[in-house]
Amino acid sequence: MEQFFETTTPAWITLAIVLLPLLGFTIQIFFGKRLPRQGDWVPTGAIGLSAVLAVYLGVQMFRLWDHNLCYESISEEIGFVWKWLDYGSVKLYTGVLLDNAGIVMLMMVTVVSFCIHLFSIGYMHGDRYYPRFFAYLGLFCFSMLGLVASDNLLFMFIFWELVGFCSYLLIGFFFYEEEPPRAANKAFLVNKVGDCLFFAGIIIVYHVTGTFNFNAIFEFVQQGHWFETVSSSAVYSGWISPQGLLTLAGVLIFGGAVSKSAQFPLHVWLPDAMAGPTPVSALIHAATMVAAGVFMVGRMFPFFTPTALLVIAIVGTITALVAATIGIVHNDIKKVLAYSTCSQLGYMMLALGIGGFTAGLFHLITHACFKACLFLGSGSVIHAVHSQDMRDMGGLRRKMPITHLTFLISTLALTGVPCLSGYFSKDAIIANALEWGMSAGAAAYVPWVFASAVACMTMFYMMRLMYMTFWGEPKNQEKFDHAHESPPVMTIPLIILAFLAIFAAGTVLPWQTAADTWYGDLVQRPDCAAMADTAQLPEVKHEFEHMYHEMHHASHTAHYVALGVSLFVVALGFVLAWLFYGKKTLSAEKTANSIGPVYRTVVNKYYLDDFNEVAFVKGLPKFCNLWKVTVEAFIDFCVNFTGYLTRFVAFIHGLIDKYVVDGLVNFWWWFTHLLSGSFRVLQTGSGKDYLALALLGAVLISLVMIFVR
Amino acid sequence: MEPTAVMQDVVSNGGGIPFLTLLFLVPLIGMTVILFIPRGKTEAIKTVAAVATGVPLLLAGYLWVSFEYSDTAMQWVEKCLWIDYFNIEYHVGIDGLSIPLVFLTVLLLFIAVFSSWNVEKTRGGAKGYFMLLLLLEVGIVGVFISLDFFLFYVFWEIMLLPMYFLIGIWGGPRREYAAIKFFLYTLVGSVLMLVAMIAIFLASPPELVAQIEKQQLVEEGKLQEAEEIEPHHTFNIVILTELAREKDPETGENLNLLAGENLGVKGAILGLPFLRWIWLFFFIGFAIKVPVFPFHTWLPDAHVEAPTAISVILAGILLKLGAYGILRINFCMLPEETKYFAHFMAVLGMINIVYGAFVAMAQTDFKKLVAYSSVSHMGYVLLGAAAFTEAGIIGANLQIFNHGTSSAMLFLLVGVVYDRAHHRDLNGFGGLGSKMPVYTGLMTVGVFASMGLPGLAGFVGEALSLLGAWEVYPVYVLISLSGLIVTAAFFLWTIQRVFLGPLNEKYKAIQDVDGREIFCLVPLAFLCVLLGIFPFLLIDWMYPALKNIIDNLM
Repeated sequence: MEQFFETTTPAWITLAIVLLPLLGFTIQIFFGKRLPRQGDWVPTGAIGLSAVLAVYLGVQMFRLWDHNLCYESISEEIGFVWKWLDYGSVKLYTGVLLDNAGIVMLMMVTVVSFCIHLFSIGYMHGDRYYPRFFAYLGLFCFSMLGLVASDNLLFMFIFWELVGFCSYLLIGFFFYEEEPPRAANKAFLVNKVGDCLFFAGIIIVYHVTGTFNFNAIFEFVQQGHWFETVSSSAVYSGWISPQGLLTLAGVLIFGGAVSKSAQFPLHVWLPDAMAGPTPVSALIHAATMVAAGVFMVGRMFPFFTPTALLVIAIVGTITALVAATIGIVHNDIKKVLAYSTCSQLGYMMLALGIGGFTAGLFHLITHACFKACLFLGSGSVIHAVHSQDMRDMGGLRRKMPITHLTFLISTLALTGVPCLSGYFSKDAIIANALEWGMSAGAAAYVPWVFASAVACMTMFYMMRLMYMTFWGEPKNQEKFDHAHESPPVMTIPLIILAFLAIFAAGTVLPWQTAADTWYGDLVQRPDCAAMADTAQLPEVKHEFEHMYHEMHHASHTAHYVALGVSLFVVALGFVLAWLFYGKKTLSAEKTANSIGPVYRTVVNKYYLDDFNEVAFVKGLPKFCNLWKVTVEAFIDFCVNFTGYLTRFVAFIHGLIDKYVVDGLVNFWWWFTHLLSGSFRVLQTGSGKDYLALALLGAVLISLVMIFVR
Repeated sequence: MEPTAVMQDVVSNGGGIPFLTLLFLVPLIGMTVILFIPRGKTEAIKTVAAVATGVPLLLAGYLWVSFEYSDTAMQWVEKCLWIDYFNIEYHVGIDGLSIPLVFLTVLLLFIAVFSSWNVEKTRGGAKGYFMLLLLLEVGIVGVFISLDFFLFYVFWEIMLLPMYFLIGIWGGPRREYAAIKFFLYTLVGSVLMLVAMIAIFLASPPELVAQIEKQQLVEEGKLQEAEEIEPHHTFNIVILTELAREKDPETGENLNLLAGENLGVKGAILGLPFLRWIWLFFFIGFAIKVPVFPFHTWLPDAHVEAPTAISVILAGILLKLGAYGILRINFCMLPEETKYFAHFMAVLGMINIVYGAFVAMAQTDFKKLVAYSSVSHMGYVLLGAAAFTEAGIIGANLQIFNHGTSSAMLFLLVGVVYDRAHHRDLNGFGGLGSKMPVYTGLMTVGVFASMGLPGLAGFVGEALSLLGAWEVYPVYVLISLSGLIVTAAFFLWTIQRVFLGPLNEKYKAIQDVDGREIFCLVPLAFLCVLLGIFPFLLIDWMYPALKNIIDNLM
């Protein structure tokens, strides 16, 4: 029998996985209102089926257990391809690309989405636009799954923009309020900035390689064609070297991930995006869409040069740190989780940037499970107390046991407490950071130091959240009295996700590392494509080899050191949180006052939003208006001036016409008139006079003839 | 697909039925019929108008289906001598460049009739309005199908007149200013075009023209007629194009057969060779229509004052006439000069994209905003076409068509809200989304299609234009990308101000779109989605003709 991944079956299955939610969307948007139960079962059922199919793909993957599984439907043997555009030099084909990371991603997206669809049935119950919500969710799932399954940059970009669009629709779902539409606009526009960078990168890649296909691009670079093409191209000669262009394209493509995955400084949209319904925050702004940037960087990993990777690592580190600090001071439960997401995404980027490919993508998967659970848990709490402010909560543990338990499990997973899934992935990232530091010297320790500090802060703000929400005494008795546990349709997804938060790593033995888990074994770092390009890009190859060699060398000692340090700082974070919020020996307010300026900077989110407000929200329209009142007005002035000038000239012509041309005519008339007036007196009508005149004339003529002769 | 015997007949000479002539003859007949209907019988007038625009739509549908798209030659050609002395012919035909535009024209005119269904309540009444509308269709269709330069010019001028009166009589408060501005701007272009056209006519080498015509007649088996051909100048666009492309078989260099020698012009005039002047004259003539910065200021005024249906036609088709003219005349007939001015065009395209977007953002009038967005979007056409790459020119032509559907949709939508609220001030609405859900949905499709969201029509055109332009003008492409962001910004801001947020109490009782409006909007929305997902449905028809243009430029 033919091996499963050598037939067209996986491609068909993937196609079904992607298109089922689209079908759900189409039915729901047109007929949703008229269906029983307002049609919520249509998209839910569709994504459920997708989840089953994705798990089936996953089972096949586990059965095969091939580290290098790369299923390309476009290849000649399989021949599953859609020739989207095929005109001369414009060849845009698309197919399905499945590798281990991709299949796991498909499973994660479908399963988490399914849980969130279920949860929404309870959470959105009774909303005015209930059917529309499910339609949008379906459209989102379609786009997200398409993004994962695409085998080329262009289609990835297409789905990339579509997920952004769905995010826009869903953030602004409560469009009849003041804040959500503004947040939706912000999200879309910030993402558009990233998208444009991404697109610029894609254009460069397409122009040089002539293809959008991922593997074809990597092969192109690997075989050294990048160097030849760029150095012989008139477009690039004189301003950029082939290697520089490779880095530039990589950084531009990463620019897309910066906005999508809420990396500094384009992370500003994510906290605002919490204005959307909570299931949306869980699905899009925690588990899947924001992880798309990380996934994309993973997909394009072989394309990045050391310099590009360095940029990725730096951006990731800054994001992790900045977001974690802001997370500490917020009182809105969803915003704290949003900054936490942001910070964790920074972790993932940092991991990818330092070559911790497996750790980064692994953290993406585990993070999706526990962060979705955390958001849904917060949704459950908001549903119960009708407030997002943690200062209205407290003591909810007693009222909402299931929510509390699942929330706690996920919190522990997030903070990296041993035995839970987050422990394995996060530990791997911190260990990788230390290895990187050890391989490259002093300055390179910075990511590790920051990553460890962030681990401490994560524990601190999550415990702060637990204390303020679930533990301690109720702060708002009225709200507390009305609080109740959510219905099963909301708690079951929580339980599923909490289960995944524990077991996603496939092991609970704390002495194992990420490399020992199923994910670590199946998904391994691909080589940089430029590395094989020995003839043309020796520096790149050398840099990489050196770094990876050193990192490998350091990995044995680094792991234990990193583990020890991170466990210590996590514990430290817990103790601090306990002192501040549990035992209350330390006062948060006093501490905040004692570091006044720092505190204010953090509370104001490092003034980035204020900057954006001034520079873009207010500044851009003003700038545009400037064009309107200057250039545009000038052109119009010229046109109108020409018009007036013409009228003036016409007026002058009119005068000339009236007084000169007509004047001549009139003069002629006048002159004739004058003459005729004087001659008229001769016309007396009497024959006597005429005879006398005739005689006078005859005499005159005779005289003239006589004298002239 | 192998054409059947019958179809081959149709393709070569229309099977005896003059399809293209019917395409503008039917509206012309409709106009005459309306002339004899008493002013009061508005229902009869509207029915005639609907039929007179519906029949061309069916005809165009038939042409579309049976168009032989692998063929680059002109199809459904009809030709006969019109004015003997100047050898002016009645000569029509279509190819891949014009057929999408012909289809777009008749579709939008059909929709325009239905969107102006209540026009009898306005100042001007229905009778004159529909007569002028049908006359407008005659002019536009005529321009797209003309293959004789003189005929082209006649139709071009026919189009101007109804447009002037439609804006000037049925327009808004400043209608007279807008109408005159439109008229004069366009007239300046027309005059330049007329000069250039006559110059090209006189520059055409008589002997070669006769030789080509003889050859054609011999191929058609008309030996008798072939004998009678004498040397003469020509207005025939096909022959002129052929002459312009003639290359030296040895060196491969363009022979420049249309250069000024035949006119007795030698050397440069004021620093530019004869043909470059001709190119510029044509270009300015068409650029005013496109409109290209800085010839664009008639557009916002005309749009703001024009009634809805006329804005739809203005944005949907009239702007495309300019782009079509540039491709058909400048690109095909003056390839060498087009190459010389390529950079110039690309810069103008970039300025259009960025400048249009910036100025659009500063508008508070809904219609003006959409009008400036058109300026921005037409920039992609210039930028893409000026690159002379396959991707670029395909992108440019997709953009021409798709902007026709999306901008038409936006103007229709603005008209809908104007009918209800009687103003277009963007800051005077708010929260309409909760009262007009279908309307908001359609607006979302229109705006995002226009903004270039993947999956909707605008994306493919923009993306291909930029991809194609990159290899020649990377810097301009990078700058143009910033236009994309600003475009997204002003459109989203618009949606936010009009549809989202708390409902403005003034519009509590506002009605959602009715059946007639949906009937007008849905075909366009459908095209936006369809061509976004399956752009090849359109490109298949255009590609051979576009390839032909590119090949002759390289």
